[in-house]
Amino acid sequence: MAETTETGTATERVAEFEHGRHGPLARVQHVLHNAPTLVPIIILALSVVAFTVATDGRLLTGLAIKITLEQTAIIAILACAQTLIILTAGIDLSVGAVMVLAYVIMGHLGVTYGVPAPLSILAGMLVAMALGCVNGLLVTRVRLPPFIVTLGMWQIVLATVFLYTGSQSIRSQDIDAAAPMLKVFGERVEIGDWSLRIMGAPTIYAVVLVVLLFATFWYVLNRTAWGRHVYAVGDDRESAELAGVRADRVLLSVYVVAGAIVGLAAWAAIGRVGSISPSSFAEANLDSIAAVVIGGTSLFGGRGTILGTLFGALTVGVFSTGLKLAGANPQWVLFASGCLIILAVALDQWIRRIST
Amino acid sequence: MKKLLAGSAVAALSMTGAAFADAHGTTACLITKTDINPFFVKMREGATAKAEELGVSLQSYAGEVDGDHEAQVDAIETCIAAGAKGILITASDTKAIVEPLRAARDQGILVIALDTPLEPIDAADATFATDNFEAGRLIGAWAAASVDDPENAKIAMLDLAESQPSVGVLRDQGFLTGFGIDVKDPNRWGDEDDPRIVGNEVTAGNEEGGRTAMENLLLQDPEINVVYTINEPAAAGAYEALKAMGRDGEVLIVSVDGGCPGVQNVADGVIGATSQQYPLLMASLGIEAIAQFAEDGTVPEPTEGLDFTNTGVNLVTDAPVDGVESISVSEGQDRCWG
Repeated sequence: MAETTETGTATERVAEFEHGRHGPLARVQHVLHNAPTLVPIIILALSVVAFTVATDGRLLTGLAIKITLEQTAIIAILACAQTLIILTAGIDLSVGAVMVLAYVIMGHLGVTYGVPAPLSILAGMLVAMALGCVNGLLVTRVRLPPFIVTLGMWQIVLATVFLYTGSQSIRSQDIDAAAPMLKVFGERVEIGDWSLRIMGAPTIYAVVLVVLLFATFWYVLNRTAWGRHVYAVGDDRESAELAGVRADRVLLSVYVVAGAIVGLAAWAAIGRVGSISPSSFAEANLDSIAAVVIGGTSLFGGRGTILGTLFGALTVGVFSTGLKLAGANPQWVLFASGCLIILAVALDQWIRRIST
Repeated sequence: MKKLLAGSAVAALSMTGAAFADAHGTTACLITKTDINPFFVKMREGATAKAEELGVSLQSYAGEVDGDHEAQVDAIETCIAAGAKGILITASDTKAIVEPLRAARDQGILVIALDTPLEPIDAADATFATDNFEAGRLIGAWAAASVDDPENAKIAMLDLAESQPSVGVLRDQGFLTGFGIDVKDPNRWGDEDDPRIVGNEVTAGNEEGGRTAMENLLLQDPEINVVYTINEPAAAGAYEALKAMGRDGEVLIVSVDGGCPGVQNVADGVIGATSQQYPLLMASLGIEAIAQFAEDGTVPEPTEGLDFTNTGVNLVTDAPVDGVESISVSEGQDRCWG
C-alpha cells in the first residue's frame, strides 16, 4: 500500500483519479475510515434513489415506507443484539430461535395458562436473558468459540420450541381475548386524535421501539465505559486486559444484554405477526447477521457502529420493498442481499487497508 | 454421523425386537417430512392407532426439518434392514426419493406415498392423498360464487415456495380453475395473464410469511378483494395485514387444510371457506393396506378415474353457495386435525 501524503494540486488529482491509489480516492478512503457509519448511509441513500427511480416514485409513498419500516423492525432489533456480539469478535446464530422460544413462552403463559400479561412478558424476557447468559458462560468459562456455542444453542432451542408447541400456533383472536398487551408493539401510535405518522402513514410502536433502542445503544457504546470496553475486547482482547479491562466479565455481560434485546424482539414480534407461530422467523439469525455486515461492522470484531446496523437493516428492507414494487420475484431479494453482503465486506476491507 | 448412529441404534433395536416377535408379525414403516408439523403428528397418531388395532409393529421416522431428504433415505435403508413389509412415506423430495424407494420395492416391500405424490406417481405402489387440485377447485368455485363481481375481482395468490412443490401448484391451479381463470400450464403457477390476478407471493406456509406476502401484494394493489392462501397459517397472517390496513371484513380469504385453528378461524370469520383434508385417514388406510399386502399380496387400487387413492376433501364454510358442496363449520370442527 503506497503511503502518500495528500499534497497534490487539483490538476494532479484529476490525473490520478483513475488509478486510485493516490489523491481523491485515498482521501475518500481516509474519510470513510474515520466515519464508519458513512458507508451504510451512502449505500442506503443510493438504494433509495435507485429504487425510487425504478418504481416511478412508488417507493416513497406513505404505504411503502410504512410497510418497509414494519417489515424491517424485528430484524433490526435482533441485529442490534447481534451487533454487540459481533463487536466482541463473536457471532450469535441463536438469536432467531431464542426469540421464537421467548414469544412462545410469553404466549403460552399469557394465553394458555392465563398468567397476567406483564408477568408472561417478563418470563419470556428472563428466559432469553438466561439463554444469553448460558451462551456467555460457555464462551468465557469453557472457552468455546461463539460460533460453536450458538450453533448448538440454536438447534437446542429450536428443537425445544417444536417439541413444546407441537408446531401449533396461538391464534391472533385468542391473544386479543386473553392477553392483548402481548400485541402492543403492533398497535398504532395514537394518543386521542393525534397519531404518529411518517409520510402520512400511521406508525406502530415497534418502529418507535427500534428508534429508542438504537439511540440507547448508540449512547451506551459511544459514551459509557462499558461501551468502550466492548470495542476494546473485540479489537484486541489481550491489550484490553493489559489495560485493566476484565474481558470475560465484559463478554458475559454482552451476551446477557443481547439476550435482553432478543427478549424485547420477541415481544415486538408478537405484535408484528399477530399470532404466535413457532415456524416463523426461521432465517432471522442469518438476516440479522446480514444487516450487521451490510451496516459495516467487521466480523473480526472491534470495528463498526450500531447506527450502521440500523442503516444496514433498512437497506435490506428497501431492496425487498423496491424489488417487489418493481415486480421482481422473491428470489431476487435474496440474490441482492447476497451481493450487498459481499460488497459491504469488500468495502470494509478496502477501507481497513488505510490503517496500519 | 449423529443420524447414522441413531439410525443404526434404532435398526439394531428393531431387529432385536423382530427376533423376539412372533414369526408372522408384520412390520410397517411410516416416514414423514418432520415430526413437528401438526399434520404429520396427526398422521402418526392415525398410523399408530391402526397398527395397534391390527397387531402391526410400526416404526416411525421423520426428517428434522421440511426438506430433510437425507434423513428419509436413511430411514428407508433402516426399514429395508428391519425387514418391513411396507413403507408409508411423505416425501420431502418427491423426485430424488424415487431411487432409494426402488431398492425397497426390489426387496418386495410395498411402498405407499401419503399426502404427497411422488414424481412420477407410479414410483410408489399406491398413493393415498387428498386431491389437492380438487381442494383448490372447491375454494375457487366458492370464492367466485361469493364475491360480488367475480369478473372484476382483484385476487392475491399466496403460495408456498418459489420451488413450486406439487402440493402448492395443485392447490393454486385448482383455485384458479374453480374461479374460472385460464391457468395456462397447469404444472406451474405464475404464468397466468388474467388481469384479475394481482400477483403471486410465497409464504413458507407460516403466519409471518403470510403477513409479509399480503403486505407486498397490497402495495401493488390496495384494492385486492379475494385472497387465495396455500394453508391456514398463511391465511391468518394475511388477515393481520388486511386488519392493519383497515380492510378486514371486506376481503374474502380462502384456504386449504382443515386444521383445528384454521376451522376456528372460519368460525370467527377470518377465513371465508377452507378445504379440509384428512391425514389420520390417509395413515390408517395405509396401515390397513400394508396388513392386507402382508397377508395375501394385494396391492391397493387407485380411486376410479384418478391415479391415486382419494382420501377425500370437504369444503368447510357456514356460507354455502349453490353448486359447491360443503360441510358446516361445526362438522369441520368435529373432523379437524391438529
